[in-house]
Amino acid sequence: MTIKGKAYIAGIYEHPTRHAPDKSTAQLHAEVAKGAIEDAGLTKADIDGYFCAGDAPGGAWPMVDYLGLKVRHVDSTETGGCSYLIHLGHAAEAIAAGKCSIALVTLAGKPRTGPMPPRAAGAEADFEAAYGATTHNAYGMCAMRHMHDYGTTSEQLAWIKVAASHHAQYNPHAMLKEVVTVEDVINSPMISDPLHRMDCCVVTDGGGAMIVTTPEIAKSLKKPLVRLIGHGEAMKGPRGGKDLDLTYSAGVWSGPRAFEEAGVTPKDIKYASIYDSFTITVLMQLEDLGFCKKGEGGKFVADGNLISGVGKLPFNTDGGGLCSNHPVNRGGMTKILEAVRQLRGEAHPKVQVQNCDLAIAHGTGGLLGVRHAASTCILERV
Amino acid sequence: MADSKRYPAPATNPETAPFWEAAKAGKFMIKRCTACGEAHYFPRSICPFCFSDKTVWEESSGEATVYTYSLMRKSPTGPYAIAYVTLKEGPSLQTNIVDCDLEKIKIGQKVKLVWKPTDGAPLPFFTAA
Repeated sequence: MTIKGKAYIAGIYEHPTRHAPDKSTAQLHAEVAKGAIEDAGLTKADIDGYFCAGDAPGGAWPMVDYLGLKVRHVDSTETGGCSYLIHLGHAAEAIAAGKCSIALVTLAGKPRTGPMPPRAAGAEADFEAAYGATTHNAYGMCAMRHMHDYGTTSEQLAWIKVAASHHAQYNPHAMLKEVVTVEDVINSPMISDPLHRMDCCVVTDGGGAMIVTTPEIAKSLKKPLVRLIGHGEAMKGPRGGKDLDLTYSAGVWSGPRAFEEAGVTPKDIKYASIYDSFTITVLMQLEDLGFCKKGEGGKFVADGNLISGVGKLPFNTDGGGLCSNHPVNRGGMTKILEAVRQLRGEAHPKVQVQNCDLAIAHGTGGLLGVRHAASTCILERV
Repeated sequence: MADSKRYPAPATNPETAPFWEAAKAGKFMIKRCTACGEAHYFPRSICPFCFSDKTVWEESSGEATVYTYSLMRKSPTGPYAIAYVTLKEGPSLQTNIVDCDLEKIKIGQKVKLVWKPTDGAPLPFFTAA
């Protein structure tokens, strides 16, 4: 059995806010849900499946009640920032199995307004919590080892931020709209070696949502048809400390599964949404997904190769997490939303990829250098 | 300096209590599986590789090399260096490099175990060997 072509993304919405001290988190979930339902041309009563992750206050049942939904299928898989990519795959499975026909997926929160609740501790807590692993230094350790093993440079990493900034200048909602140079990035303050401030994504309030539905229902609606044709998910951790290798992510497993299901290869992809919590995240994932060989990511991203209209692989044309939006410190949803815009032909004209009929949305969740999940979605315009 | 930093006491549990009891006596213990022969860290009762329950405690030399690190330039308690080090016995583990010039840490450098006190059992850290 496959989910190939069994589910369509019929509605999308990205909250325009990047700072929302005047709103509640549940309210932001409701606002993005409303936006996605209206984009699809549906009503709330049509929703019969609901998907959310750890950012939803109280989890699925308080949210279903707060939103006033009546659903026959729920899924609250929590894998950090890539939860929503996994939700898309799981929604397709549920739809293919007849468990629901119109699924709503929401993400929202306010990390810029106030501190986020701490992560739940795993069995490793006594053996790791004291060492102060944060996003910055956990990704920094990956970058440090990648540089050691493959000669990757800070200048090469900087090109990823440069490309994102070229795209963000056209996004009126982007938090950072200024175009930056490689020199700007490597001269920005060192946060956690070897990552500079401009190697890091933004922290934003906000959210996003999507509607996933059956081929029949999607075709009865008015939006351009975008469907999921391949999905993969995987997890990676230090696993008892054997053969530790921080230069690759779980994308080495989720990517090939998604490409195989879709029956396409990285060469076929016209547009790529790649989770950009940090510049190193993008570089490692591009290698892991097969856009270039392991260790050659630095060369691949350099000289504007990720800039739409300039390079071979236009990426994150909304400005991504590095410049536009990283709601709730979780970038998976916005990766899907920009991929759908590209496939619909609704991206900004300055960054719209011509004849964009095949896109990838990929991300990781958790801490790349500690424990993380990865999920890959291959999307096609019909 | 890192010496002024206060570290949280491990909560401990029935599975890991022997590790922390040994730590109080200055012994750094890892687990080894007698079925597949692999050592692992942090300690589990069931081997994460072959899933045998025939795991035994083994004292580590505390000698290791730096696999990778990152120097966090600012924090409420000052700069600190997070790292993975690979023990002579095989397993790699997350730790901090302490009590040495953090600007001079290098991948591949030899490090050795040092204990830092808490209100409970001490915690393992590593410093330049």
